[in-house]
Amino acid sequence: MTAVALSGVGKVFNAGRADQVVALTGVDLTVESGQFVSLIGPSGCGKSTLLRLVADLIPLTTGTLTVAGKPARKARLDQEYGIAFQQAGLFEWRTVLRNVELPLELRGTGRRERKRRAEEMLELVGLADFAAHYPAQLSGGMQQRVAIARALAVHPPLLLMDEPFGALDEMTRERLQDELLRICAQTGTSTIFVTHSIPEAVYLSDRVVVMSPRPGRITDVIEIDLGPRSEATRQSAGFFAGITKVRRALRGTPAPASASAEVAAG
Amino acid sequence: MTTAIDKIAAADPTAPVAVGRGRRSRGLVRGLLPPLVVGVGGLAVWELTVKVGKVAPFILPAPSAIWEQFWLSRSVIWQTGLATGANALVGLIAGALVGILAAMAASRFRLLGEVSIPVAAALNALPIIALAPILNNMFDSTSSIPRRVVVSIVVFFPVFINTLRGLREVDPTHRELMDSYAASGWTFTRLVRLPGALPFVFTGLRQASSLAVIAAVVAEYFGGLQDGLGSRITSAASNTAYPRAWAFVVGACVLGLVFYAVALGLERLATPWRSR
Repeated sequence: MTAVALSGVGKVFNAGRADQVVALTGVDLTVESGQFVSLIGPSGCGKSTLLRLVADLIPLTTGTLTVAGKPARKARLDQEYGIAFQQAGLFEWRTVLRNVELPLELRGTGRRERKRRAEEMLELVGLADFAAHYPAQLSGGMQQRVAIARALAVHPPLLLMDEPFGALDEMTRERLQDELLRICAQTGTSTIFVTHSIPEAVYLSDRVVVMSPRPGRITDVIEIDLGPRSEATRQSAGFFAGITKVRRALRGTPAPASASAEVAAG
Repeated sequence: MTTAIDKIAAADPTAPVAVGRGRRSRGLVRGLLPPLVVGVGGLAVWELTVKVGKVAPFILPAPSAIWEQFWLSRSVIWQTGLATGANALVGLIAGALVGILAAMAASRFRLLGEVSIPVAAALNALPIIALAPILNNMFDSTSSIPRRVVVSIVVFFPVFINTLRGLREVDPTHRELMDSYAASGWTFTRLVRLPGALPFVFTGLRQASSLAVIAAVVAEYFGGLQDGLGSRITSAASNTAYPRAWAFVVGACVLGLVFYAVALGLERLATPWRSR
Protein backbone atom coordinates (compact mmCIF):
# COMPACT_ATOMS: atom_id res chain seq x y z
CA MET A 1 0.00 0.00 0.00
CA THR A 2 1.26 3.47 -0.84
CA ALA A 3 1.12 6.07 1.92
CA VAL A 4 2.16 9.09 -0.14
CA ALA A 5 2.63 9.43 -3.90
CA LEU A 6 3.95 12.54 -5.64
CA SER A 7 4.49 12.82 -9.36
CA GLY A 8 5.78 15.84 -11.23
CA VAL A 9 5.10 18.04 -8.21
CA GLY A 10 6.21 21.66 -8.48
CA LYS A 11 5.67 24.71 -6.32
CA VAL A 12 6.10 28.34 -7.39
CA PHE A 13 5.66 31.12 -4.84
CA ASN A 14 4.42 34.54 -6.01
CA ALA A 15 3.90 33.22 -9.53
CA GLY A 16 3.99 35.89 -12.25
CA ARG A 17 5.43 38.55 -9.97
CA ALA A 18 8.89 40.09 -9.81
CA ASP A 19 9.71 38.12 -6.65
CA GLN A 20 8.65 34.78 -8.15
CA VAL A 21 10.46 31.84 -6.55
CA VAL A 22 10.54 28.30 -7.91
CA ALA A 23 10.60 26.38 -4.62
CA LEU A 24 10.21 22.88 -6.03
CA THR A 25 10.28 21.34 -9.47
CA GLY A 26 9.64 17.88 -10.90
CA VAL A 27 9.39 15.99 -7.62
CA ASP A 28 8.54 12.29 -7.94
CA LEU A 29 8.41 10.39 -4.68
CA THR A 30 6.58 7.40 -3.29
CA VAL A 31 6.43 6.49 0.38
CA GLU A 32 5.29 2.94 1.03
CA SER A 33 3.14 2.15 4.01
CA GLY A 34 5.19 1.75 7.20
CA GLN A 35 8.27 3.27 5.62
CA PHE A 36 10.42 5.94 7.28
CA VAL A 37 11.64 8.50 4.74
CA SER A 38 13.87 11.47 5.55
CA LEU A 39 14.19 14.62 3.48
CA ILE A 40 17.63 16.18 3.76
CA GLY A 41 19.31 19.09 2.04
CA PRO A 42 20.72 22.58 2.55
CA SER A 43 18.50 25.51 3.54
CA GLY A 44 16.27 26.63 0.71
CA CYS A 45 16.11 23.23 -1.00
CA GLY A 46 12.35 23.09 -0.44
CA LYS A 47 12.22 20.17 2.01
CA SER A 48 9.89 21.99 4.39
CA THR A 49 7.83 23.18 1.41
CA LEU A 50 7.53 19.58 0.23
CA LEU A 51 6.31 18.52 3.68
CA ARG A 52 3.73 21.34 3.73
CA LEU A 53 2.51 20.29 0.28
CA VAL A 54 1.92 16.75 1.54
CA ALA A 55 0.15 18.23 4.58
CA ASP A 56 -1.94 20.45 2.26
CA LEU A 57 -0.95 23.50 4.30
CA ILE A 58 0.01 25.17 1.00
CA PRO A 59 -1.44 24.36 -2.45
CA LEU A 60 0.76 22.80 -5.12
CA THR A 61 1.37 24.51 -8.46
CA THR A 62 1.87 21.51 -10.75
CA GLY A 63 1.73 17.71 -10.60
CA THR A 64 -0.35 15.29 -8.58
CA LEU A 65 -0.15 14.34 -4.93
CA THR A 66 -2.10 11.68 -3.07
CA VAL A 67 -2.05 10.79 0.61
CA ALA A 68 -3.50 7.39 1.53
CA GLY A 69 -4.86 7.23 -2.03
CA LYS A 70 -6.82 10.48 -1.64
CA PRO A 71 -6.15 14.01 -2.85
CA ALA A 72 -4.10 15.94 -0.26
CA ARG A 73 -7.01 18.20 0.71
CA LYS A 74 -9.33 15.28 1.38
CA ALA A 75 -6.59 13.56 3.38
CA ARG A 76 -6.14 16.66 5.54
CA LEU A 77 -9.87 16.99 6.19
CA ASP A 78 -9.99 13.29 7.13
CA GLN A 79 -7.00 13.76 9.48
CA GLU A 80 -5.04 11.09 7.64
CA TYR A 81 -1.80 12.46 9.04
CA GLY A 82 -0.36 13.85 12.25
CA ILE A 83 2.17 16.64 12.12
CA ALA A 84 4.93 17.98 14.40
CA PHE A 85 7.15 21.00 13.88
CA GLN A 86 10.49 22.25 15.13
CA GLN A 87 8.59 24.32 17.70
CA ALA A 88 6.53 22.01 19.88
CA GLY A 89 3.69 24.51 19.43
CA LEU A 90 1.80 23.36 22.53
CA PHE A 91 -1.10 25.48 23.71
CA GLU A 92 0.26 26.90 26.96
CA TRP A 93 -3.21 27.41 28.43
CA ARG A 94 -4.04 23.71 28.15
CA THR A 95 -2.62 20.99 30.36
CA VAL A 96 -0.45 18.35 28.74
CA LEU A 97 -3.38 15.94 28.61
CA ARG A 98 -5.72 18.52 27.06
CA ASN A 99 -3.07 19.35 24.46
CA VAL A 100 -2.93 15.74 23.35
CA GLU A 101 -6.73 15.59 23.40
CA LEU A 102 -7.11 18.56 21.04
CA PRO A 103 -7.03 16.74 17.68
CA LEU A 104 -9.49 14.17 19.05
CA GLU A 105 -11.71 16.95 20.34
CA LEU A 106 -11.78 18.53 16.86
CA ARG A 107 -12.70 15.17 15.43
CA GLY A 108 -15.69 14.97 17.73
CA THR A 109 -14.42 12.07 19.81
CA GLY A 110 -16.32 11.60 23.07
CA ARG A 111 -14.88 12.89 26.32
CA ARG A 112 -14.08 9.56 27.89
CA GLU A 113 -12.58 8.03 24.74
CA ARG A 114 -10.53 11.19 24.25
CA LYS A 115 -9.06 10.97 27.72
CA ARG A 116 -8.28 7.26 27.35
CA ARG A 117 -6.50 7.77 24.03
CA ALA A 118 -4.55 10.81 25.21
CA GLU A 119 -3.40 8.92 28.30
CA GLU A 120 -2.36 6.00 26.11
CA MET A 121 -0.31 8.35 23.91
CA LEU A 122 1.34 10.00 26.91
CA GLU A 123 2.20 6.52 28.18
CA LEU A 124 3.80 5.85 24.79
CA VAL A 125 6.09 8.88 25.03
CA GLY A 126 6.78 8.24 28.72
CA LEU A 127 5.00 11.30 30.10
CA ALA A 128 1.99 9.70 31.81
CA ASP A 129 2.96 11.36 35.11
CA PHE A 130 2.87 14.83 33.58
CA ALA A 131 -0.70 14.79 32.25
CA ALA A 132 -1.90 17.51 34.62
CA HIS A 133 1.12 19.79 34.10
CA TYR A 134 1.12 22.89 31.94
CA PRO A 135 3.60 23.01 29.02
CA ALA A 136 5.62 25.82 30.64
CA GLN A 137 6.49 23.41 33.44
CA LEU A 138 8.18 20.96 31.04
CA SER A 139 11.64 20.95 29.47
CA GLY A 140 12.05 21.44 25.72
CA GLY A 141 12.54 17.72 25.12
CA MET A 142 9.43 16.84 27.12
CA GLN A 143 7.39 19.44 25.23
CA GLN A 144 8.53 17.91 21.95
CA ARG A 145 7.44 14.47 23.20
CA VAL A 146 4.02 15.90 24.01
CA ALA A 147 3.87 17.32 20.47
CA ILE A 148 4.64 13.85 19.09
CA ALA A 149 1.99 12.30 21.33
CA ARG A 150 -0.48 14.88 20.03
CA ALA A 151 0.48 14.12 16.42
CA LEU A 152 -0.13 10.41 17.06
CA ALA A 153 -3.35 10.82 19.05
CA VAL A 154 -5.74 10.20 16.14
CA HIS A 155 -3.74 7.08 15.17
CA PRO A 156 -2.87 8.61 11.79
CA PRO A 157 -1.42 6.26 9.20
CA LEU A 158 1.11 8.97 8.32
CA LEU A 159 3.36 11.12 10.49
CA LEU A 160 4.86 14.33 9.08
CA MET A 161 7.74 15.89 11.01
CA ASP A 162 9.58 19.12 10.26
CA GLU A 163 12.91 19.11 12.11
CA PRO A 164 11.16 18.10 15.33
CA PHE A 165 14.42 17.55 17.21
CA GLY A 166 16.27 20.51 15.68
CA ALA A 167 16.16 22.65 18.81
CA LEU A 168 17.19 19.91 21.25
CA ASP A 169 20.55 18.96 22.70
CA GLU A 170 22.35 15.95 21.27
CA MET A 171 21.58 13.57 24.16
CA THR A 172 17.87 14.32 24.25
CA ARG A 173 17.84 14.13 20.51
CA GLU A 174 19.28 10.60 20.37
CA ARG A 175 16.89 9.38 23.05
CA LEU A 176 13.89 10.81 21.20
CA GLN A 177 15.12 9.25 17.93
CA ASP A 178 15.04 5.82 19.54
CA GLU A 179 11.64 6.56 21.06
CA LEU A 180 10.27 7.69 17.69
CA LEU A 181 11.50 4.54 15.94
CA ARG A 182 9.97 2.36 18.64
CA ILE A 183 6.63 4.18 18.37
CA CYS A 184 6.58 4.01 14.57
CA ALA A 185 7.38 0.31 14.62
CA GLN A 186 4.75 -0.31 17.29
CA THR A 187 2.01 1.59 15.48
CA GLY A 188 3.02 0.82 11.88
CA THR A 189 3.03 4.52 11.03
CA SER A 190 4.64 5.78 7.83
CA THR A 191 6.82 8.82 8.39
CA ILE A 192 8.20 11.72 6.39
CA PHE A 193 10.90 13.40 8.43
CA VAL A 194 12.63 16.66 7.48
CA THR A 195 16.09 17.16 8.96
CA HIS A 196 19.44 18.69 8.17
CA SER A 197 21.39 16.29 10.29
CA ILE A 198 23.02 13.55 8.24
CA PRO A 199 23.48 11.03 11.12
CA GLU A 200 19.88 11.58 12.18
CA ALA A 201 18.58 10.90 8.66
CA VAL A 202 20.68 7.74 8.30
CA TYR A 203 19.85 6.40 11.74
CA LEU A 204 16.10 6.83 11.41
CA SER A 205 15.36 6.12 7.78
CA ASP A 206 14.63 3.33 5.38
CA ARG A 207 15.29 5.84 2.62
CA VAL A 208 17.05 9.21 2.67
CA VAL A 209 15.85 11.63 0.01
CA VAL A 210 18.62 14.10 -0.85
CA MET A 211 17.51 17.49 -2.14
CA SER A 212 19.22 20.44 -3.72
CA PRO A 213 18.29 24.13 -3.96
CA ARG A 214 17.64 26.62 -6.80
CA PRO A 215 15.33 25.20 -7.93
CA GLY A 216 14.42 22.76 -5.15
CA ARG A 217 14.49 19.19 -6.45
CA ILE A 218 15.34 15.61 -5.51
CA THR A 219 18.89 14.75 -6.57
CA ASP A 220 19.28 11.33 -5.01
CA VAL A 221 17.45 8.68 -3.00
CA ILE A 222 19.65 6.50 -0.80
CA GLU A 223 18.39 3.19 0.56
CA ILE A 224 19.51 2.48 4.11
CA ASP A 225 19.45 -1.07 5.43
CA LEU A 226 20.73 -1.26 8.97
CA GLY A 227 18.16 -3.69 10.36
CA PRO A 228 16.64 -3.06 13.80
CA ARG A 229 18.35 -0.07 15.38
CA SER A 230 20.14 -0.22 18.70
CA GLU A 231 22.91 1.64 20.49
CA ALA A 232 25.43 -0.48 18.55
CA THR A 233 23.99 0.75 15.26
CA ARG A 234 25.40 4.21 15.94
CA GLN A 235 28.89 2.68 16.05
CA SER A 236 28.49 0.26 13.14
CA ALA A 237 30.39 0.41 9.85
CA GLY A 238 27.14 0.29 7.93
CA PHE A 239 25.94 3.43 9.74
CA PHE A 240 29.11 5.33 8.83
CA ALA A 241 28.97 4.05 5.26
CA GLY A 242 25.43 5.42 5.04
CA ILE A 243 26.56 8.77 6.39
CA THR A 244 29.33 8.90 3.79
CA LYS A 245 26.90 8.08 1.01
CA VAL A 246 24.47 10.79 2.04
CA ARG A 247 27.25 13.33 2.55
CA ARG A 248 28.63 12.63 -0.90
CA ALA A 249 25.18 12.88 -2.44
CA LEU A 250 24.70 16.24 -0.72
CA ARG A 251 27.98 17.53 -2.12
CA GLY A 252 27.22 16.08 -5.52
CA THR A 253 30.81 14.83 -5.89
CA PRO A 254 31.17 11.18 -6.86
CA ALA A 255 34.87 10.90 -5.94
CA PRO A 256 35.60 7.20 -5.42
CA ALA A 257 39.32 7.79 -4.69
CA SER A 258 38.68 9.48 -1.35
CA ALA A 259 35.84 7.16 -0.38
CA SER A 260 37.79 4.67 1.70
CA ALA A 261 39.71 7.43 3.47
CA GLU A 262 36.49 9.15 4.43
CA VAL A 263 34.96 5.97 5.81
CA ALA A 264 38.05 5.40 7.95
CA ALA A 265 38.03 8.96 9.21
CA GLY A 266 34.29 9.12 9.83
CA MET B 1 5.65 23.47 61.21
CA THR B 2 2.07 24.36 61.90
CA THR B 3 0.18 26.87 59.85
CA ALA B 4 -0.60 28.87 63.02
CA ILE B 5 3.05 29.87 63.27
CA ASP B 6 3.03 30.73 59.56
CA LYS B 7 0.18 33.16 60.02
CA ILE B 8 1.75 34.90 62.96
CA ALA B 9 5.07 35.20 61.21
CA ALA B 10 3.45 36.49 58.02
CA ALA B 11 1.43 39.07 59.91
CA ASP B 12 4.36 40.28 61.95
CA PRO B 13 7.46 40.73 59.78
CA THR B 14 9.61 41.43 62.84
CA ALA B 15 8.85 38.03 64.36
CA PRO B 16 11.83 35.68 64.44
CA VAL B 17 11.98 33.33 61.51
CA ALA B 18 10.62 29.97 62.60
CA VAL B 19 12.59 26.92 61.58
CA GLY B 20 11.16 24.85 58.74
CA ARG B 21 8.42 27.23 57.70
CA GLY B 22 6.74 26.64 54.31
CA ARG B 23 8.28 28.23 51.24
CA ARG B 24 5.09 30.09 50.55
CA SER B 25 5.01 32.11 53.76
CA ARG B 26 8.74 32.77 53.62
CA GLY B 27 8.23 34.20 50.12
CA LEU B 28 5.37 36.30 51.46
CA VAL B 29 7.51 37.70 54.27
CA ARG B 30 10.38 38.32 51.91
CA GLY B 31 8.04 40.02 49.45
CA LEU B 32 6.27 42.14 52.07
CA LEU B 33 9.17 43.09 54.33
CA PRO B 34 11.08 45.53 52.04
CA PRO B 35 8.04 47.62 51.02
CA LEU B 36 6.84 47.66 54.64
CA VAL B 37 10.22 48.86 55.90
CA VAL B 38 10.42 51.50 53.17
CA GLY B 39 6.81 52.58 53.80
CA VAL B 40 7.12 52.86 57.59
CA GLY B 41 10.54 54.55 57.23
CA GLY B 42 9.15 57.01 54.71
CA LEU B 43 6.25 57.90 57.00
CA ALA B 44 8.64 58.45 59.92
CA VAL B 45 10.85 60.74 57.83
CA TRP B 46 7.75 62.61 56.62
CA GLU B 47 6.45 63.06 60.20
CA LEU B 48 9.86 64.24 61.43
CA THR B 49 10.34 66.67 58.56
CA VAL B 50 6.96 68.28 59.14
CA LYS B 51 7.33 68.44 62.96
CA VAL B 52 10.98 69.54 63.14
CA GLY B 53 10.87 71.78 60.06
CA LYS B 54 7.55 73.35 61.16
CA VAL B 55 6.09 72.91 57.69
CA ALA B 56 2.75 74.70 57.33
CA PRO B 57 -0.17 72.24 57.09
CA PHE B 58 -1.41 73.77 53.80
CA ILE B 59 1.93 72.80 52.24
CA LEU B 60 2.22 69.36 53.81
CA PRO B 61 0.36 68.00 56.83
CA ALA B 62 2.00 65.39 59.04
CA PRO B 63 0.96 61.75 58.57
CA SER B 64 -0.33 61.70 62.16
CA ALA B 65 -2.65 64.62 61.40
CA ILE B 66 -3.89 62.91 58.23
CA TRP B 67 -4.49 59.70 60.14
CA GLU B 68 -6.42 61.58 62.82
CA GLN B 69 -8.71 63.07 60.16
CA PHE B 70 -8.99 59.72 58.42
CA TRP B 71 -10.19 58.13 61.65
CA LEU B 72 -12.61 60.98 62.41
CA SER B 73 -14.15 60.90 58.92
CA ARG B 74 -14.00 57.14 58.48
CA SER B 75 -17.75 56.71 57.98
CA VAL B 76 -17.89 59.55 55.42
CA ILE B 77 -14.86 58.12 53.64
CA TRP B 78 -16.58 54.73 53.57
CA GLN B 79 -19.82 56.20 52.17
CA THR B 80 -18.17 58.40 49.55
CA GLY B 81 -15.71 55.61 48.75
CA LEU B 82 -18.63 53.30 48.01
CA ALA B 83 -20.17 55.90 45.69
CA THR B 84 -16.90 56.48 43.84
CA GLY B 85 -16.22 52.75 43.80
CA ALA B 86 -19.63 52.06 42.25
CA ASN B 87 -19.00 54.67 39.55
CA ALA B 88 -15.54 53.28 38.85
CA LEU B 89 -16.83 49.70 38.75
CA VAL B 90 -19.74 50.38 36.40
CA GLY B 91 -17.53 52.49 34.12
CA LEU B 92 -14.77 49.87 34.22
CA ILE B 93 -17.08 47.01 33.26
CA ALA B 94 -18.77 49.00 30.48
CA GLY B 95 -15.50 50.38 29.08
CA ALA B 96 -13.77 46.99 29.26
CA LEU B 97 -16.68 45.21 27.55
CA VAL B 98 -16.77 47.74 24.72
CA GLY B 99 -12.96 47.61 24.49
CA ILE B 100 -12.88 43.81 24.22
CA LEU B 101 -15.73 43.67 21.68
CA ALA B 102 -14.15 46.46 19.61
CA ALA B 103 -10.81 44.62 19.65
CA MET B 104 -12.49 41.39 18.50
CA ALA B 105 -14.18 43.25 15.65
CA ALA B 106 -10.95 45.07 14.73
CA SER B 107 -8.97 41.84 14.62
CA ARG B 108 -11.67 40.13 12.57
CA PHE B 109 -11.97 42.74 9.83
CA ARG B 110 -8.73 44.09 8.41
CA LEU B 111 -10.15 47.46 7.33
CA LEU B 112 -11.72 48.05 10.71
CA GLY B 113 -8.42 47.21 12.38
CA GLU B 114 -6.50 49.75 10.31
CA VAL B 115 -9.05 52.49 10.97
CA SER B 116 -9.57 51.73 14.65
CA ILE B 117 -6.05 52.34 15.98
CA PRO B 118 -5.91 56.09 15.12
CA VAL B 119 -9.49 56.52 16.31
CA ALA B 120 -8.67 54.80 19.60
CA ALA B 121 -5.51 56.91 19.96
CA ALA B 122 -7.51 60.08 19.39
CA LEU B 123 -10.02 58.91 21.99
CA ASN B 124 -7.16 58.30 24.40
CA ALA B 125 -5.73 61.78 23.80
CA LEU B 126 -9.14 63.23 24.64
CA PRO B 127 -8.57 65.10 27.93
CA ILE B 128 -10.98 63.83 30.53
CA ILE B 129 -10.79 67.32 32.14
CA ALA B 130 -12.33 68.86 29.04
CA LEU B 131 -15.01 66.23 28.85
CA ALA B 132 -16.31 66.10 32.43
CA PRO B 133 -17.95 69.57 32.57
CA ILE B 134 -19.57 69.06 29.18
CA LEU B 135 -21.00 65.70 30.19
CA ASN B 136 -22.18 67.16 33.50
CA ASN B 137 -24.22 69.72 31.58
CA MET B 138 -25.64 67.05 29.30
CA PHE B 139 -27.24 65.14 32.18
CA ASP B 140 -29.18 65.94 35.36
CA SER B 141 -27.16 67.24 38.29
CA THR B 142 -28.37 64.17 40.23
CA SER B 143 -27.14 61.74 37.62
CA SER B 144 -24.14 59.46 38.09
CA ILE B 145 -23.97 58.77 34.35
CA PRO B 146 -21.46 61.54 33.40
CA ARG B 147 -18.80 60.20 35.77
CA ARG B 148 -19.39 56.63 34.61
CA VAL B 149 -19.08 57.67 30.98
CA VAL B 150 -15.80 59.43 31.75
CA VAL B 151 -14.52 56.27 33.45
CA SER B 152 -15.51 54.02 30.54
CA ILE B 153 -13.74 56.27 28.03
CA VAL B 154 -10.58 56.23 30.12
CA VAL B 155 -10.81 52.45 30.55
CA PHE B 156 -11.54 51.72 26.90
CA PHE B 157 -8.11 52.49 25.48
CA PRO B 158 -5.77 50.22 27.51
CA VAL B 159 -8.23 47.33 27.27
CA PHE B 160 -8.77 47.79 23.53
CA ILE B 161 -5.08 48.13 22.62
CA ASN B 162 -3.91 45.22 24.76
CA THR B 163 -6.70 42.89 23.67
CA LEU B 164 -6.13 43.73 20.01
CA ARG B 165 -2.43 42.97 20.33
CA GLY B 166 -3.24 39.67 22.03
CA LEU B 167 -5.74 38.68 19.37
CA ARG B 168 -3.31 39.52 16.58
CA GLU B 169 -0.36 37.67 18.02
CA VAL B 170 -0.98 34.12 16.90
CA ASP B 171 1.93 31.69 16.99
CA PRO B 172 2.53 30.59 13.34
CA THR B 173 2.97 27.00 14.53
CA HIS B 174 -0.46 27.14 16.16
CA ARG B 175 -1.93 28.42 12.91
CA GLU B 176 -0.37 25.63 10.82
CA LEU B 177 -1.40 23.06 13.38
CA MET B 178 -5.02 24.21 13.38
CA ASP B 179 -4.93 24.27 9.56
CA SER B 180 -3.77 20.67 9.62
CA TYR B 181 -6.80 19.85 11.79
CA ALA B 182 -8.99 21.70 9.27
CA ALA B 183 -10.12 23.96 12.13
CA SER B 184 -10.89 27.52 11.13
CA GLY B 185 -13.29 30.39 11.75
CA TRP B 186 -14.99 30.37 15.11
CA THR B 187 -13.30 27.12 16.21
CA PHE B 188 -9.92 28.76 15.67
CA THR B 189 -11.00 31.92 17.51
CA ARG B 190 -12.43 29.95 20.41
CA LEU B 191 -9.56 27.52 20.85
CA VAL B 192 -6.53 29.64 19.92
CA ARG B 193 -7.19 33.36 19.60
CA LEU B 194 -9.27 34.01 22.71
CA PRO B 195 -7.29 31.94 25.23
CA GLY B 196 -4.05 33.28 23.71
CA ALA B 197 -5.29 36.85 24.14
CA LEU B 198 -6.42 36.35 27.75
CA PRO B 199 -3.12 37.39 29.39
CA PHE B 200 -3.14 40.54 27.25
CA VAL B 201 -6.73 41.32 28.20
CA PHE B 202 -5.78 41.14 31.86
CA THR B 203 -2.74 43.35 31.38
CA GLY B 204 -5.15 45.93 29.96
CA LEU B 205 -7.65 45.38 32.77
CA ARG B 206 -4.97 45.79 35.41
CA GLN B 207 -3.91 49.14 33.95
CA ALA B 208 -7.55 50.12 33.54
CA SER B 209 -8.53 49.21 37.12
CA SER B 210 -6.40 51.95 38.72
CA LEU B 211 -7.25 54.41 35.95
CA ALA B 212 -10.96 53.81 36.57
CA VAL B 213 -10.69 54.97 40.18
CA ILE B 214 -8.57 57.99 39.24
CA ALA B 215 -11.09 58.97 36.55
CA ALA B 216 -14.05 58.53 38.92
CA VAL B 217 -12.40 60.77 41.51
CA VAL B 218 -11.16 63.46 39.13
CA ALA B 219 -14.46 63.65 37.21
CA GLU B 220 -16.12 64.92 40.41
CA TYR B 221 -13.85 67.96 40.55
CA PHE B 222 -15.92 69.44 37.74
CA GLY B 223 -19.39 69.48 39.22
CA GLY B 224 -22.18 66.97 38.79
CA LEU B 225 -23.49 64.86 41.64
CA GLN B 226 -21.27 65.46 44.70
CA ASP B 227 -21.45 62.15 46.57
CA GLY B 228 -17.98 60.74 45.99
CA LEU B 229 -14.41 61.06 47.27
CA GLY B 230 -13.49 63.71 44.68
CA SER B 231 -16.08 66.19 45.87
CA ARG B 232 -14.89 65.79 49.50
CA ILE B 233 -11.29 66.44 48.49
CA THR B 234 -12.21 69.70 46.74
CA SER B 235 -14.55 70.88 49.51
CA ALA B 236 -12.04 70.08 52.28
CA ALA B 237 -9.27 71.86 50.36
CA SER B 238 -11.44 74.95 49.76
CA ASN B 239 -12.20 75.03 53.51
CA THR B 240 -8.41 74.93 54.15
CA ALA B 241 -8.93 71.62 55.98
CA TYR B 242 -5.82 70.16 54.37
CA PRO B 243 -5.29 67.13 56.60
CA ARG B 244 -8.92 66.17 55.87
CA ALA B 245 -8.37 66.59 52.12
CA TRP B 246 -5.37 64.31 52.43
CA ALA B 247 -7.40 61.80 54.40
CA PHE B 248 -9.81 61.51 51.45
CA VAL B 249 -6.85 61.21 49.07
CA VAL B 250 -5.69 58.27 51.18
CA GLY B 251 -9.21 56.83 50.85
CA ALA B 252 -9.00 57.16 47.05
CA CYS B 253 -5.58 55.51 47.12
CA VAL B 254 -6.92 52.55 49.10
CA LEU B 255 -9.86 52.25 46.70
CA GLY B 256 -7.45 52.20 43.72
CA LEU B 257 -5.38 49.50 45.42
CA VAL B 258 -8.50 47.40 46.04
CA PHE B 259 -9.44 47.63 42.35
CA TYR B 260 -5.93 46.70 41.29
CA ALA B 261 -5.75 43.78 43.72
CA VAL B 262 -9.11 42.41 42.54
CA ALA B 263 -7.99 42.68 38.90
CA LEU B 264 -4.76 40.87 39.81
CA GLY B 265 -6.70 38.16 41.65
CA LEU B 266 -9.05 37.63 38.72
CA GLU B 267 -6.04 37.37 36.43
CA ARG B 268 -4.52 34.65 38.61
CA LEU B 269 -7.82 32.76 38.57
CA ALA B 270 -8.40 33.08 34.84
CA THR B 271 -4.87 32.20 33.71
CA PRO B 272 -3.78 29.39 36.00
CA TRP B 273 -1.09 28.26 33.55
CA ARG B 274 0.92 31.43 34.17
CA SER B 275 0.99 31.50 37.94
CA ARG B 276 2.41 28.06 38.63
